[in-house]
Amino acid sequence: MQKSSKNKLKLRITSHTSNLMLVRDFIADAAKNFGFNEDDVNKIIMAVDEACTNIIKHAYECKPGLPIDITVDADDKKFSVIIKDKGKHFSPEQIKIPDMKEYLNQYKVGGLGIYLMKNLMDEIKYNIQPGVQNEVRLVKYLPQNH
Amino acid sequence: MTDFKIVQCEKNGISIIELKGFLDAHTAPELEDTFQKLIKNKKYKIIVNFRDLSYISSAGLGVFMAFIEEVRKNEGDIKLTNMTPKVFNVFDLLGFPILYEIYGNEEDAIAKFLKDGENKDSMTQEIE
Repeated sequence: MQKSSKNKLKLRITSHTSNLMLVRDFIADAAKNFGFNEDDVNKIIMAVDEACTNIIKHAYECKPGLPIDITVDADDKKFSVIIKDKGKHFSPEQIKIPDMKEYLNQYKVGGLGIYLMKNLMDEIKYNIQPGVQNEVRLVKYLPQNH
Repeated sequence: MTDFKIVQCEKNGISIIELKGFLDAHTAPELEDTFQKLIKNKKYKIIVNFRDLSYISSAGLGVFMAFIEEVRKNEGDIKLTNMTPKVFNVFDLLGFPILYEIYGNEEDAIAKFLKDGENKDSMTQEIE
């Protein structure tokens, strides 16, 4: 882990699921220090885990050793996690958020990560530059009364 | 190093799987293997004890979705017990409590399996 400026923290991992633990520990520390309660810390950890898992499985198609850059940008009450990769690009418009009732009735498998990320965070933004890099930005705000 | 462990035992003909540590995309294949082996050995009555599970991500949840249909087709079930509030919240967020029976402890889940077995026996006798 390296600190690039007062409110930014960076972590680079390579694309392997054994590195997810490192990501979770890194995010846990950053979110706790920012002032989130345990429940929100757990939500952010999970959303970032899901985003990195999707990159490893889909953008890099399980090829190991490729870079994933994670930056935490903590500013006032806004906590952003920016995750970048150089893998296969996708169109954010084509992402389907599953209807959970239908999902469970049909015993479907996979695709839950997107649903979780959307429900655990306040904002999700994608910046896809085909052939250059993919970026997903996950944002959570500290509660107003904090 | 990801910390995950599966401890398996059998009580009253029911397979009990205890999960310990972190269940994520890295460790989910281990649980998948465990379910596959049980199904191969025609063990369809399964209890998963979550008491010592600290974390679950969608990769872990996916394992339960992958096997529930086959297990139920064979008159079995996957019943879940001893979830911490943190792990239950994830199941709840996805609506999984509609699909899975979740109990406070193993004994209640075993009792339900045994009761279901008795009901089935008495129905068979009536037909005879």
